[in-house]
Amino acid sequence: MLLSLPALHLQTSEYHPLFQLPHGRLGPWCSPTGSPAPLSCETGCGEGSWILVCRLLVPTQVSLLSMEEDIDTRKINNSFLRDHSYATEADIISTVEFNHTGELLATGDKGGRVVIFQREQESKNQVHRRGEYNVYSTFQSHEPEFDYLKSLEIEEKINKIRWLPQQNAAYFLLSTNDKTVKLWKVSERDKRPEGYNLKDEEGRLRDPATITTLRVPVLRPMDLMVEATPRRVFANAHTYHINSISVNSDYETYMSADDLRINLWNFEITNQSFNIVDIKPANMEELTEVITAAEFHPHHCNTFVYSSSKGTIRLCDMRASALCDRHTKFFEEPEDPSNRSFFSEIISSISDVKFSHSGRYIMTRDYLTVKVWDLNMENRPIETYQVHDYLRSKLCSLYENDCIFDKFECVWNGSDSVIMTGSYNNFFRMFDRNTKRDVTLEASRENSKPRAILKPRKVCVGGKRRKDEISVDSLDFSKKILHTAWHPSENIIAVAATNNLYIFQDKVN
Amino acid sequence: MFARGLKRKCSDGEEIAVAEGALATPSYSLQRQSLLDMSLVKLQLCHMLVEPNLCRSVLIANTVRQIQEEMTQDGTWRVPVPQTAGRGPLDRLVSTDILCRAAWEQQGEHPALDSASGPAPDLLSELSMAPCAQAPSGVQSCVWGAHSPRENKGSFQKSLDQIFETLESKAPSSVEGLFADVDSPYYDLDAVLTGMVRGKSVSSDGFEALASAGAPSPSSSCKRDLGELDHVVEILVET
Repeated sequence: MLLSLPALHLQTSEYHPLFQLPHGRLGPWCSPTGSPAPLSCETGCGEGSWILVCRLLVPTQVSLLSMEEDIDTRKINNSFLRDHSYATEADIISTVEFNHTGELLATGDKGGRVVIFQREQESKNQVHRRGEYNVYSTFQSHEPEFDYLKSLEIEEKINKIRWLPQQNAAYFLLSTNDKTVKLWKVSERDKRPEGYNLKDEEGRLRDPATITTLRVPVLRPMDLMVEATPRRVFANAHTYHINSISVNSDYETYMSADDLRINLWNFEITNQSFNIVDIKPANMEELTEVITAAEFHPHHCNTFVYSSSKGTIRLCDMRASALCDRHTKFFEEPEDPSNRSFFSEIISSISDVKFSHSGRYIMTRDYLTVKVWDLNMENRPIETYQVHDYLRSKLCSLYENDCIFDKFECVWNGSDSVIMTGSYNNFFRMFDRNTKRDVTLEASRENSKPRAILKPRKVCVGGKRRKDEISVDSLDFSKKILHTAWHPSENIIAVAATNNLYIFQDKVN
Repeated sequence: MFARGLKRKCSDGEEIAVAEGALATPSYSLQRQSLLDMSLVKLQLCHMLVEPNLCRSVLIANTVRQIQEEMTQDGTWRVPVPQTAGRGPLDRLVSTDILCRAAWEQQGEHPALDSASGPAPDLLSELSMAPCAQAPSGVQSCVWGAHSPRENKGSFQKSLDQIFETLESKAPSSVEGLFADVDSPYYDLDAVLTGMVRGKSVSSDGFEALASAGAPSPSSSCKRDLGELDHVVEILVET
């Protein structure tokens, strides 16, 4: 299948300097080289052998190189000084999300663009191409805006994308930046009506007086086009920055959460939303806690959770009251006094919260760990996995260079048996909940050839460094895997490493 | 043996361990101080943005509070100016010195305004005499001052008046100098303040430049003017 949506794309290209690059910014780089490997998918095996299926490079190589330099020099600054002078910063992927069938994969970037990839159709003579994703559609979802009241620039960066369950031939997704959520319809068109004589070539209605006969239009096949059209714009409801959106299982509503409030929307209504959580104190000087993430329960449309910067999770029931100020359940782990430091609160701040597909568990990510909570046990998590515990001794420098505020996300596999989350140095981690085994893999240009098995990486902690280990001091903290996604039913994962999207698949003998 | 070990573990509560550590090893308090300095710089930079990353600034502010509480407990919390004077790299000292003073000055200001006596001369003495118990609230108001519109308009107006008063009474000629410098666009200031964190040379130079323009008067008033400059800077950024 192919991409063609130049209508919207070209419009934005005139506006955005990045689109002026020689070949545009869309150059999907899929290389089907290497020996065909017999592939099948088996859910539940998780941290076995993974192979690179394809690497989807969004911008051109030139900008890729320059960006890496930029990141090094701007490491300290970029998180708190807004700056658009580095155009290539716009290419950094800021969210990744499979749709409910796994056929499509959407990415959003700092430049406000959404790129949708579609899985290669299976065919008998191209077994090895299975699992590859190609660009399906791309569009400019958000533009930089200026809030004249606050004299404030609103970034176009896509913070989150969420797919709606598919109900007809078209696909729908929600995308959000700091302030505004948009509902997009992505649909295909491969036929066009011809012979319509009520309108002229440009589509304008003709003067009825000039029409003497009525002709019935005929649908003629044409090249497939994928169109993305904005269907709803949900604006002006958030004072702070939106960090999460979540589609409810009733398919009629969704919520959007910012630092201090959560709003509930109906998909059909854009001028009204209901505030369901508000933790803003009357006096902002008393503010000590913010909302960091929120999500609806996958099956119970009245239940949702939100996490806070103090490392707690609140489960709320919308049936209890219109404003869910009082939680129904409160998940919190007592602090371990032996690990207490000035950074305790910062590293316990939850950066992501995800319900398991079954709805029974919640997974939370904080700076150093991933935790799995049983909805029926509030006083401690049932599982805690160390993501990069070797950083515990480096917290001071990570605070100094602001890395400690990085927001890592986490995902479940299709059967809830394996969890995955990112780390530094382009490493990402997988934890098998049944076998308790874990693995560190790397998403990098240099070390991964298509169809080659990924080599597990090891970080050396103290003592002598073995041959293939990497020492903590040589980790590259500018290369972080914040966003990953897991195919809803197969062992295919998407890993965003700055401006590259890697697709890996497990290799089953 | 076992019992002793147990007891030791129990009595090794964090506060005690921390307090002992603070007294025994100067490096701990030094580290804590530098962490505090760093946090204050970060907070100040947050305030320069209209909409800072709220999660980040809340976490930093909580860290500052935590450090302060601990310092208050073991009695090491006082005006950071004399304490930090001889230690650490100079560039950081200069910058954080200003930041800390700004925080304290803001606290000291309100009583100074209430009392009819001239604000400027009392300021320093009030600052150094401020009791420890007041410390948390003082810094807190500094921390969130920029975020609460209902309060800051008034207080900034006051402090602006105060600065004018001070400057007019002392060195009328310096007013032009001060504002000529401050008039420069605020992204320059951004660069200066960013340099404070990143580069070493830019920071102190930038501030010295500001300082020398603002305070040609002798050394004692120099420090105060620096603090006031900081206020002007804040006001300019706010507006």
